[in-house]
Amino acid sequence: MPEVAQREVTFAQAIREALAEEMRRDATVCILGEDVAEAGTPFKVLSGLVEEFGKDRVLDTPISEAGFTGMAVGAAMTGLRPVVDIMFGDFITLTMDQMVNQAAKVHYMSGGRWKVPMVMRTTLGATRRSAAQHSQSLHAWFSHVPGLKVVLPSTPYDAKGLLKTAIRDENPVVFFEDKMMYKLKGPVPTEEYTIPLGVADIKREGNDITLVATSSMVQVALGASTLLEKAGISAEVIDPRTTWPLDEKTLIDSAKKTSRVIVIDEGYGRYGVTAEIASVIAEGAFYDLDAPVKRMGAMHVPIPFSPPLEDATVPTENSVFEAARALCNRN
Amino acid sequence: MTIITERSKTTTTKAEQALRMYRQMLAIRLFEERVNDLYTRALMPGLAHLYIGEEAVAVGVCEALHKDDYITSTHRGHGHCLAKGASPDRMFAELLGKEAGYCRGKGGSMHIADPATGNLGANAIVAGSVGIATGAAFAAQRLGNGRVAVCFFGEGALGQGSLYEVMNLAQLFKLPVIYVCENNLYTEYTHFSETTAGEILNRATAFGLEAAMVDGQDVRAVHEAGSRLIERARRGEGPGFLLANTYRYTGHHVGDIAREYYRPKAEEQEWKMDRDPIKNLTKWLLEQKLADSVQLSAMESELTAEMDKAVEFAVTAPYPSPEEVEQDVYA
Repeated sequence: MPEVAQREVTFAQAIREALAEEMRRDATVCILGEDVAEAGTPFKVLSGLVEEFGKDRVLDTPISEAGFTGMAVGAAMTGLRPVVDIMFGDFITLTMDQMVNQAAKVHYMSGGRWKVPMVMRTTLGATRRSAAQHSQSLHAWFSHVPGLKVVLPSTPYDAKGLLKTAIRDENPVVFFEDKMMYKLKGPVPTEEYTIPLGVADIKREGNDITLVATSSMVQVALGASTLLEKAGISAEVIDPRTTWPLDEKTLIDSAKKTSRVIVIDEGYGRYGVTAEIASVIAEGAFYDLDAPVKRMGAMHVPIPFSPPLEDATVPTENSVFEAARALCNRN
Repeated sequence: MTIITERSKTTTTKAEQALRMYRQMLAIRLFEERVNDLYTRALMPGLAHLYIGEEAVAVGVCEALHKDDYITSTHRGHGHCLAKGASPDRMFAELLGKEAGYCRGKGGSMHIADPATGNLGANAIVAGSVGIATGAAFAAQRLGNGRVAVCFFGEGALGQGSLYEVMNLAQLFKLPVIYVCENNLYTEYTHFSETTAGEILNRATAFGLEAAMVDGQDVRAVHEAGSRLIERARRGEGPGFLLANTYRYTGHHVGDIAREYYRPKAEEQEWKMDRDPIKNLTKWLLEQKLADSVQLSAMESELTAEMDKAVEFAVTAPYPSPEEVEQDVYA
């Protein structure tokens, strides 16, 4: 991040700025989704866009996720750059055929002759008291599919730079935003910038243990690293920023340096993002590791409603702190 | 090599048009007979779903389209692709998995796609392309390029909810898209009456689409009804739905030989004898003195020779080199 960044904006505003800048730059960029126009989505992330760009480019759709996502695939093939808004990440299940069987495969199946430059923006994250169908973190599903790219920003700065790149990408990109992070403020320069997909970011340097964290878990890992510092443990926090393409080198290099790794992601661990990243590190840094790679993710249960139950399902600063201390044999 | 004559939309007499449609239907019939032959000789891998018997639908509709208009097709898609202008040699090459194929061998029979003829791709998910066709119409409308999109599908697709989502969207946005339902009576091995409640056309008129039903064995009737819906959509008057009643002469796929458990042989014979689209047009051309039998058999000989040459081209063409397997996953 540049030294000169001084202006602070929220995560939601960073997203909105990225969309507005790309829509000014490229007349083919348009937004499709439920309550995206005057309502600006329930999270108010898109407020003001319809006023600037009009209803021809910010389109309210029926509650038909498969229908408008499919339309976006066809529109992307034929000259537009649609950004579809899937309000809750849980609703991606309704778009699966369009994303997995269509968007992801069109370029390959056509021998490279058609391409699908579209973005799906959606959300992830629990602890909003929204229960099992509005709280999941399903980014691993798309990360599994060749042909898709998956972005998981963790700061306002990353959100803006990565979204602008995603919109300019020639492939279908799924962009997951943590709902709980929309009000988080962070430095974002006024000057234009983009961030390439597939480049991890070292959020904090350290020597004793590596905390690989994604999206909502980056702030958790940073909080844990502050607690660890007080306990005399120097933690490095690495944010892959994209699960595909995945910056394997930065992950492996950090693991080799610290020799201990915890991977933290809000999705389910079972066959999940943490499993993939742990495997990459185990294969790439095996002889430099002093402990097995540990994984932390959502508990393997549907997300419950009751606050004390829900809070138990996701990693916290404290649980990461305790796990890191144990891994460093400092209990 | 181009066997299918490129159409000039500006100069065409009724006779020229009828002969062109005759030629197209015959080309598709001869193409499919060769697919059957290649498959049964084990020269073609995978699956082959033949369009024999349904030629008038693709030809009648595509005759009303411009070269840069869009189509989407289905697993039973060879006829649509040829009618939209694909070359048989590159079609056969794709069917055999060869480098010279439309998709460089990566798509195969069920995924022929070709930007040069506006073919957005055949789709092996039933109703999988309804979103893509609707999205292409959306892009055409937003870009103001005057194009229309035709979405071909079989009556089996009437069972998929995504069709109703996009018909609703198409009517709300007044998109230039025509949904062409080819009712060949059998959803794989099940008569459509066992899977389809109510009247098919009502499903389109419920959304306010302009809907028409036509004898899918009469190419002139298909063309007339198709033209009306296409030109109406092109003028910005909204989407259309064309129900073409037709018949699949052969099995669901080559190899579906024992069919008597789902339909009687007498029924097949009746359609072949009395309702064959090529025979019917031949009779009309002769009656109207728009062609004579010498001329028609000369055309058949010429097409036969060209199809045989196209098969020869595909059979002798090289396979893709192994390193191509990882190409074109991403654009």
